Amino acid sequence: MHTKTIVELSQGLKDKNFSCVELMQYYLNRINQSDLNAFITVTDELALAQAQVADDKIALGNASILTGIPYAHKDIFCTKGVKTSAGSKMLDTFVSPYDATVSQKLNQADLVMLGKTNMDEFAMGSSNENSFYGAVKNPWNRLKIPGGSSGGSAASVAGGLSCFATGTDTGGSIRQPASLCGITGLKPTYGRISRYGMIAYASSLDQAGPMTKTAQDAAIVLNVMAGFDEKDSTSAEQKVPDYTSNLNDSIKGLIIGLPKEFFSSGLDDEVASNIMLAVKEFEVMGAIVKEVSLPNSAYAIPAYYIVAPCECSSNLSRLDGIRYGYRTKDAKNLEDLYLRSRSEGFGEEVKRRIMIGAYALSVGYYDAYYLKAQKVRHLISDDFKKVFEQVDVIMGPVSPTTAFDLGSVKNPVSMYLADIYTLSANLAGLPGMSIPAGFAQNLPVGLQIIGNYWSESRLLNIAHQFQLQTDWHLKTPQEY
Amino acid sequence: MSLSEKQVSQIAYLARLSLNEAQLKDNTQDLNAIFSLVEQLANIETDGIEPMSHPLHMFQRLREDVVTEKDQSALFQSIAPKTSNGYYLVPTVIE
Repeated sequence: MHTKTIVELSQGLKDKNFSCVELMQYYLNRINQSDLNAFITVTDELALAQAQVADDKIALGNASILTGIPYAHKDIFCTKGVKTSAGSKMLDTFVSPYDATVSQKLNQADLVMLGKTNMDEFAMGSSNENSFYGAVKNPWNRLKIPGGSSGGSAASVAGGLSCFATGTDTGGSIRQPASLCGITGLKPTYGRISRYGMIAYASSLDQAGPMTKTAQDAAIVLNVMAGFDEKDSTSAEQKVPDYTSNLNDSIKGLIIGLPKEFFSSGLDDEVASNIMLAVKEFEVMGAIVKEVSLPNSAYAIPAYYIVAPCECSSNLSRLDGIRYGYRTKDAKNLEDLYLRSRSEGFGEEVKRRIMIGAYALSVGYYDAYYLKAQKVRHLISDDFKKVFEQVDVIMGPVSPTTAFDLGSVKNPVSMYLADIYTLSANLAGLPGMSIPAGFAQNLPVGLQIIGNYWSESRLLNIAHQFQLQTDWHLKTPQEY
Repeated sequence: MSLSEKQVSQIAYLARLSLNEAQLKDNTQDLNAIFSLVEQLANIETDGIEPMSHPLHMFQRLREDVVTEKDQSALFQSIAPKTSNGYYLVPTVIE
């Protein structure tokens, strides 16, 4: 049952092979028996109540394809009446008084939420080790990281604890854990999905997306998540197509660009050969492969680690221990209240990034850091623009290595280097995907596909065609 | 460029964070490592390049100046650590 896709579960519900309540009980049992630490909160009562509503709709014949499908929701999305922690002690007691637009849309689609997934605190991290609730284990090897920051979401899908999950991606936080856990993840174009009620890390980079078993499922979920939202001032007024309608188009003649900078030193040999085999598969399917260059992509790391911390230092200034969230005990005065609430409530990595931002935005340094990084961001975006004049999509690895050992990377700069292939799509605002493309050291390897603005349909079509020819996405961990 | 512990302590204060001695030492080391990575930016020629603050080069959308939210202050205050009579309570500011 837990290997089934949205399409398969939906058929099973429609054919009355099982009820939605039975389906939820099955998944809740699996979650309770799991040692992955993928969930921060399990909403069992709510799930069973939502399942009953879904069963009633199915009985009346009013069901859509998503009615009664169980999903796991990243704990960064506000959910009315349900704890929303963002993986932080700061919000450990925060029960959201409202729903994020994404939460509202998923509710309206009669989906059933199993719970809220573990994540790096405020989405800052690439290993899910920066969570107040402890690290998440990779279902393929429990000694390895699942990736981050949407590590709990990725592990829940790969570990058969949910049919699909939501994620957010500021610098790779959907694609990298999807890659390391062997699932399908899509980060849409910036502005495609509303950020309202999605706890902000870096507002000009954050974007939500689906994490699923297949590209077809991702298209079905994106249909519900996408769309203009008046409540998000950066939401794009762009029509939402039916993302499932082009899945079966031929990819004959597709021009794929391989940026030489994505295959430079630092890339694991076995990962590289898996990526090249996947690209070969596309050639067999009729695609044309070209080498291209993104000359400024190496600067994505320094540019990102200025832009994102600057925006986070501003966004997280709202957490002051006064209106909601953690408050220190027995503060001597107002300043002591601010200082101690924030120092006790935030974890190490969050504090580090707040300080980078505070410094880079301070008088005398703003031009040298923030403004400079924004200019470099423009150069990175222009590189993509030039490449997309010659090719339809860009392909390459998601991550330079497979999942590394829990606790093995302690130096923040080394951790930042793990994001080298994912950051540039966020800086440019482009859509990107990770799809399962093989194994190295018995761990999943993800292929990254980056497209031009608003090309989600094309990306999903390409990924779906690949999944019709390969079975990497069907592989499941041994102790599954 | 290298940040001293004194400077890092000042940065932490600007962000309303306090660091103990061990944290100050670690953070000084980490911040210096991160800023030496970031220093690469200085080598890139960016004369005449516009800073990019929004990926879609969008402008702030304006809406009609009408009331869209109803008063939910009681709901919002119900999750506050300390309130009284509709006010958020903080430690005494003026004696």
